[in-house]
Amino acid sequence: MKKWYFSRRQLGIPYGLFLVCFVAAPLIVIIYYAFTNGQGRFSMENLSDFFTSPNTIGTLAYSFGVAVVTTCVALLLAYPIAYILARSKMKHKTAVLLIFIMPMWINFTLRITALKEILTMLEGNLSYYPFLNTVIGMTYDFLPFMILPIYTTLLKLDNSLLEAACDLGADTLHTFVKVTLPLSVPGIISGVVMVFLPSMTNYVVLDMLYNSTYIMGSLIGAYFSAYDWHNGSMIALILLLIILIFTLFTNRYADEEENSREVHLNGEKNM
Amino acid sequence: MEKSQNIIELKNISRTFDDGFRVVEDFNLTIQRGEFVTFLGPSGCGKTTTLRMIAGFDSPSGGELLLNGEDIKELPPNKRPINTVFQKYALFPHLNVFDNIAFGLKIKKLPKAEIVRKVKKVLEMVDLEGFEERKIHTLSGGQQQRIAIARALVNEPEILLLDEPLGALDLKMRKEMQLELKQMHKRLGITFIYVTHDQEEALTMSDKIVVMSEGKIQQVGTPEDIYNEPKNAFVADFIGDSNIFSGIMTGKLRVRFCGAEFECVDDVEHGTMIDAVVRPEDIIITTPEKGNITGKVTSVVFKGVHYEITVLSGKNELVIQSTRKAQVGATVGLNIEPEGIHIMIAENIENRIETGVTKDYRLHFLNGVLACDIVKLIPGAAMNADGVIVDAGGDEIDIEKIRVVVSVKPDDIEMSDDKNAGILNGHIINLIYKGDHYSYVVRTDEDEDFIVHDEDLWNMDDYVSLVIPPDKFHFSLKR
Amino acid sequence: MAKKICSMGFLCLMILVIYLPILILAVYSFTDSANIGAIHGFSLQNYITLFTKQELTQMISGTLLLAAGSSVLATILGTLGAVGVFYAKKPGKLLIGSLNQVPVVNADVVTGFSICILMIGVLGVDKSTFIPLVVGHVVLSAPFVYLAVVPKLKQMDNSLYEAAMDLGASPAMALRRVVIPQIMPGILSGFMLAFTLSLDDYFITSYTKPATFDTISTYVVNATKGSQTDIKTALWALSTIIFIVVILAVVLMNVMDSRNMKKAGTENEKKKKM
Repeated sequence: MKKWYFSRRQLGIPYGLFLVCFVAAPLIVIIYYAFTNGQGRFSMENLSDFFTSPNTIGTLAYSFGVAVVTTCVALLLAYPIAYILARSKMKHKTAVLLIFIMPMWINFTLRITALKEILTMLEGNLSYYPFLNTVIGMTYDFLPFMILPIYTTLLKLDNSLLEAACDLGADTLHTFVKVTLPLSVPGIISGVVMVFLPSMTNYVVLDMLYNSTYIMGSLIGAYFSAYDWHNGSMIALILLLIILIFTLFTNRYADEEENSREVHLNGEKNM
Repeated sequence: MEKSQNIIELKNISRTFDDGFRVVEDFNLTIQRGEFVTFLGPSGCGKTTTLRMIAGFDSPSGGELLLNGEDIKELPPNKRPINTVFQKYALFPHLNVFDNIAFGLKIKKLPKAEIVRKVKKVLEMVDLEGFEERKIHTLSGGQQQRIAIARALVNEPEILLLDEPLGALDLKMRKEMQLELKQMHKRLGITFIYVTHDQEEALTMSDKIVVMSEGKIQQVGTPEDIYNEPKNAFVADFIGDSNIFSGIMTGKLRVRFCGAEFECVDDVEHGTMIDAVVRPEDIIITTPEKGNITGKVTSVVFKGVHYEITVLSGKNELVIQSTRKAQVGATVGLNIEPEGIHIMIAENIENRIETGVTKDYRLHFLNGVLACDIVKLIPGAAMNADGVIVDAGGDEIDIEKIRVVVSVKPDDIEMSDDKNAGILNGHIINLIYKGDHYSYVVRTDEDEDFIVHDEDLWNMDDYVSLVIPPDKFHFSLKR
Repeated sequence: MAKKICSMGFLCLMILVIYLPILILAVYSFTDSANIGAIHGFSLQNYITLFTKQELTQMISGTLLLAAGSSVLATILGTLGAVGVFYAKKPGKLLIGSLNQVPVVNADVVTGFSICILMIGVLGVDKSTFIPLVVGHVVLSAPFVYLAVVPKLKQMDNSLYEAAMDLGASPAMALRRVVIPQIMPGILSGFMLAFTLSLDDYFITSYTKPATFDTISTYVVNATKGSQTDIKTALWALSTIIFIVVILAVVLMNVMDSRNMKKAGTENEKKKKM
């Protein structure tokens, strides 16, 4: 009989099994439920229901609206913050960065509670501006996720590239538009992904700010409460699809970055 | 107005960093139109900072920076008719080759057709025709280098700055690019300012070399000047291999070093303390009888074109390059032609002795020991409770590895008749009157030569004791 | 100069906007007012309620216990996974690597919902056993532990492991004595990440928790729907305490970091001098 030897590879087995059981299997279950009806028969009804009902289509549109506006606002606020921090020569810039991302570690429901109290005081009644409040709440919640990746890419930006642009005759604005901005696109994209998807699904922010309109996440919650797992699974599947498209899109960018980095490393090896 | 011959002038330029570190001090240099000038020096000597000040990325703390006679200190880099080839190329990774090269032209808003024509022409010049659409990261290091040069040249600058542009290339590629750059310079006729720490590169390419050390110009001259007539010990040591001996002028065109007298061609006043530079290829090995000095061969290394032979003569070690082999352990005679000896007037003469540390943290000093606060010499060191010297991390320092240089100024030594008065005794072997004092060379019993300044007259061969007050010793750690 | 003042002003303004709600809440948590606006008298009532009312103390200790338990599990699983996959052959690497990405990019609602359907709908596990809840939290956080450990493995000199074996260590010993210490920083930051993720989670908890159990997130969301003012203001006190704890943790980490950096700095200097 062959003796059993310990090998490093076997350490991965428990985690592999765990992922198969609790990540892969749930996805398969969702796909199964999304394409069956209450009698357990194959059905496209859930899919056609989603795309024919004005309610669900409206929800999808509203989710996109919230997500697009939130992402834009967060980007417009986060970019200058990240830019100023990354380019500044101050001694303790990581400490200042920490100030901006520290709210991430405070439970988001408590932070939204705090925001709610302030908004109530300012607006009197939260129901006057539901969309605005939602965007403020989402931005408040997700801003650190936008700052962090942009800051990281801007920090990696080689100063000699900016000097080269200046050397070739570009003024500050030109340098920013033609060099800094294009080179920070990878950071912007990962920031956008990290803000856009949660903005479509985090319905707790809407609930807490008394916005009764549904977003995609609220649909899942509603179907779940109604024990309608088939339609709920279909919504989950559609969200998964959106996420997949986003991920493929970002991976393409990440790959390009990886490539150029590899070449850079090779270049250094030649020294 | 006729443009003057001087394209750029640096007058009393200095640069001090925020932390008070003086990178460049009192820098004066005039560069003529069309010259190939190289700033040469070890890393941290201020050469790159000087280049960056010319480019405009760094501004001088003081002095004047004239371009065609006008001060450009306040002119931002994008307004200067100067372009730079960066150390690691700094090519824009998000743009292809064409857009990289066209970057400056597009900013100048040149017509599209002209941009295309100019980019094509400059690509031809760097031998990369048809590379317009290539992505930067698909290019090899050498190709990226050429694109970086093309990107700078396409703007037709008056001055091209090159910041160690060949540093990232392998040896063969570097040799090729050296020649190409030199040819390009000849063809274009514009001014090149080149920064490197590689002396061979500097000697090969330049019309004029500026040797720098610690923020100061050490010597400016043609490659031949710099090599053959180094102005001081630093230049001699940095450029090429060399033997440097301290010595003294003993008469008209006569110099004494290595315990022998030589004829030389540099006319220096009798009695002057000097450093003599002898290139390894200028020492001739002969039989012991015929040699001006004799010594024992301690090592022979085959180097391809020649042998590198080390000979120990008394206390002096001589490195010799010869096409003829020598036998290790053999006694040989050495001769140096007068033309092979380059005399440099010594500055700040000091008696220096390199020595080790004793177990109880004192210094070996010839036959005795010398008290010295070792803790203060080593940065971050401290004496722990057990009386052991430890470094900043708490680990014991291996004292056997530490070498200390003890130095004493000739003015700080007094001579005495009393044999027990001083710590060293020796015979006076040379004396020269220097106007207000005599300069003596005292050879101690341990065969070490000391230079002593004294107002009183002593005689040759007098046996004297050297009195050195303890506070006159200066200690420094040998790196 | 003006540009510098402008940009610093912008940063300060943003910091103010971000912290204003939390700070105002902190101030009001020390008063007896039920709404932001008019300030009444100073009072510690909110803090007394927070630490004496059983449902509040239970909810807080439950949250911490869940976070601690799930993050320990996630750290063990994620670390073992990262080490195993790092030395595994390509197919296994690809499978675990891409499955690991799923919970990271997925919306928490979808993760929570799908686990709930699998565990309760298909497998019939009872929510009151806490198994779905713990599994859900581990699914959420183990992938982040994995992602924190992998770069450390890549940085590690691979010949260290081989050197240990060469010197006579068994594979298990080499792993424990050489590999694990090398990747410890990654494991620690993975653990911290897992802990905070679990503390912050709402969606996975709400889909998998037993009916009688609440974490801070689910409790706060329910409380905003309810009308009990004493609980609402007690939560202000909770938010203030968490805020202070986070600040203390960040300051402590920074101090430790800079101390380490200083040590590393002098060591580097030493190397330079040698």
